[in-house]
Amino acid sequence: MLGRTAGGLYWMFRHLERSENTARLIEAGMRIALTRSDDVEKEWKSVVTTAGQKDAFLERHERFDQANVIDFLLRDRTNPSSVRSVIESARSNAREVRTALTREVWEATNDTWLTVRDTLARPVLDRELPDVLAVIRRESALVRGALHGTMLRNDIYNFARIGTFMERADNTARILDVKYYVLLPSASYVGTSLDNVQWETILRSVSAQRAYRWRSAGDASAMGIADFLILDQQLPRSLVFCYRKIDENLGYLASDYGEHHRCHELSHDLLLRLTGRNIESIFEDGLHEFLGDCIRATNTLGHAIERDYRFTA
Amino acid sequence: MDVRPGYFDEMYGDGSALRAPYRQYEEWFAREDPRRLLKKSADAEALFRRTGITFNVYGSEEGDERLIPFDIVPRIIAAREWARLERGIEQRVRAINAFLHDIYHRQEILRAGRIPKEVIADNDAFLPEMIGFTPPGGVYTHIVGIDLVRTDDNDFYVLEDNARTPSGVSYMLENRETMLQMFPELFTRSRVRPVSEYPRDLRSSLAATAPVRTSGRPLVAVLTPGIHNSAYFEHAFLADQMGAELVEGHDLSVVDGRIAMRTTEGPEPIDVLYRRVDDDYLDPLTFNPSSLLGVPGVMDVYRSGGITIANAPGTGIADDKAVYSYMPEIIDFYTGEKPLLQNVPTWRCSEPDSLAYVLDHLSELVVKEVHGSGGYGMLVGPAASKREISRFTRKLKASPANYIAQPTLALSTVPILTRNGLAPRHVDLRPFALVSPNTIRITPGGLTRVAMKRGSLVVNSSQGGGTKDTWVMED
Repeated sequence: MLGRTAGGLYWMFRHLERSENTARLIEAGMRIALTRSDDVEKEWKSVVTTAGQKDAFLERHERFDQANVIDFLLRDRTNPSSVRSVIESARSNAREVRTALTREVWEATNDTWLTVRDTLARPVLDRELPDVLAVIRRESALVRGALHGTMLRNDIYNFARIGTFMERADNTARILDVKYYVLLPSASYVGTSLDNVQWETILRSVSAQRAYRWRSAGDASAMGIADFLILDQQLPRSLVFCYRKIDENLGYLASDYGEHHRCHELSHDLLLRLTGRNIESIFEDGLHEFLGDCIRATNTLGHAIERDYRFTA
Repeated sequence: MDVRPGYFDEMYGDGSALRAPYRQYEEWFAREDPRRLLKKSADAEALFRRTGITFNVYGSEEGDERLIPFDIVPRIIAAREWARLERGIEQRVRAINAFLHDIYHRQEILRAGRIPKEVIADNDAFLPEMIGFTPPGGVYTHIVGIDLVRTDDNDFYVLEDNARTPSGVSYMLENRETMLQMFPELFTRSRVRPVSEYPRDLRSSLAATAPVRTSGRPLVAVLTPGIHNSAYFEHAFLADQMGAELVEGHDLSVVDGRIAMRTTEGPEPIDVLYRRVDDDYLDPLTFNPSSLLGVPGVMDVYRSGGITIANAPGTGIADDKAVYSYMPEIIDFYTGEKPLLQNVPTWRCSEPDSLAYVLDHLSELVVKEVHGSGGYGMLVGPAASKREISRFTRKLKASPANYIAQPTLALSTVPILTRNGLAPRHVDLRPFALVSPNTIRITPGGLTRVAMKRGSLVVNSSQGGGTKDTWVMED
């Protein structure tokens, strides 16, 4: 396979995953805006920060008011991470790697682009927002479904999956890092309804409210939520789950190609950092520091993958 | 349907009677509900949009992709008619390859005085880098598209030879695919010759010209300028159908005297490069130094026998519009035969007498740039405004050698389906010929382009033209 094709697949699925994550972040932000009238701007600011676009946003807008934030995250072409931008990028990637995709995956991606392009052609009104967000999530699920249902489990698939889980790991780590302070034991907030709303937001932004209720039997705690999102082996958006998937897919590539690279070592290290850990020790060492390390390590791993598999000349 | 007076309609002739090749189709059509057909027509468009069979328009906003309009009424050619065209195309393609070999070697045709030396010497399409070099298998034009127009029951003219990188074949294939899906019943009642062999034939043609030292199955790659090129869909489509790699210039480099693509496992050498990049951009070391689309050093590898490039660099000298006017000479010189397909009478504006005639008759003529393509920069006299004519007069006077002129041909029409039923529209035909060392294969049919606007004679997709499925009937 061409290195450029591997890179196109990796980025195609990173972009698709990002569109879904951004939609979910907005949804969680909306929920908090509806339930708490004070401090709404602070919430929207944290949403933009989680999306990694605080500086870009401040170049365009002065205040983190809801309409600006939503438009910036959904439609702004100057924001390379806006849903519109990433869907356009994903579709460009797909066009570039079209010969590596099944007809189903290509058509699902092209459909996604056509639909999202039309949906986001005009500013989204508040009352339309829930439907628009649902469309975005559904479209990326359709591509994923086509991928699972029709693609050979070969290197093409592995690069697609690595892209998905790299993006997802980064996203989960950012969500936790931006909100880590609400997960810390703090005398003034413990047990208040404020905490509950914040916790729920975190769970909502990774679509894990219900899963967490099953897990915790309704008993929410800060540490419990952190444990769930970082160390749960079954939650498909937990850090350990993402790192395990990345490691597995890189492992398939190594055995297919008969070659080990630096990215394989980095991925092992990253996984080891989490296996056998418990959440108490992570809190003891400092949650913020731990998440910062994870984000940096994920980034380093990304660069290593790009180099080792020759994405660019 | 009323035919357009003065023009030959391929379904209804002069309007007095249905022509034989369309008999079965017309029987079917007469029983169809026009509303169902219009709906099918809209379905086809949605299908094209959904599959991404689009082209990018130059000079419009980036990312602007358009569909080529598709008309569901097939263009039908009788077996006997096709047999004649096929022989004519084969003769022409043979002559073109002989001409190219000669022009880059002993130039006998110039020595014999059949073509003036300046036509070649002053021509940018002539590549000195190709002098004395014979491409692998002796094939210069692996793929040729011959543009034909019909003016009468018996009269076909060659409008243009496309010997560089002819495009459009993906539409030939997708149009048939679409018709098969939408109207399977048509193909059970009429015996239409298939076109689906094209990708396999293309692959085997290309593989047959692999460099001599290739061992095993040759690795074929399609070189595309990338996703912003207007024909990108076709590049990806052909690579996919042939099971070839789709590469861009920056995927390739010279490794140990060969051209290798950068794979996830390291460099892998390529044997045959089906390039959809113009000569000028092919190798920044040899041609346009600012090109980012090509591969630095590919010409050196090519000349030392490390790779096959299809079509060979420098084939443009054979489809240049100034050289076109000498095609009857070329065919006679290399085959000893009379041309089976007619050339359109052509005035070379480089010649003072011709220029004077052309300037006097601009409102009747079609004027084309010698190196132009895609319908850009041409004047259709009868349809042009006064202002356009005076603008072209200035252009012609400023650089006469840049232009040729031809009479406005009475292009045949074929009906298209409109909201008001069938309506005649002008068409041309681009059949595709594949050349390998021992054979020339011509896919039965080709791409029919149709001017969707009433009365228009310009069929180019860049100018709003559409396409039709082209049927060659079995005997």
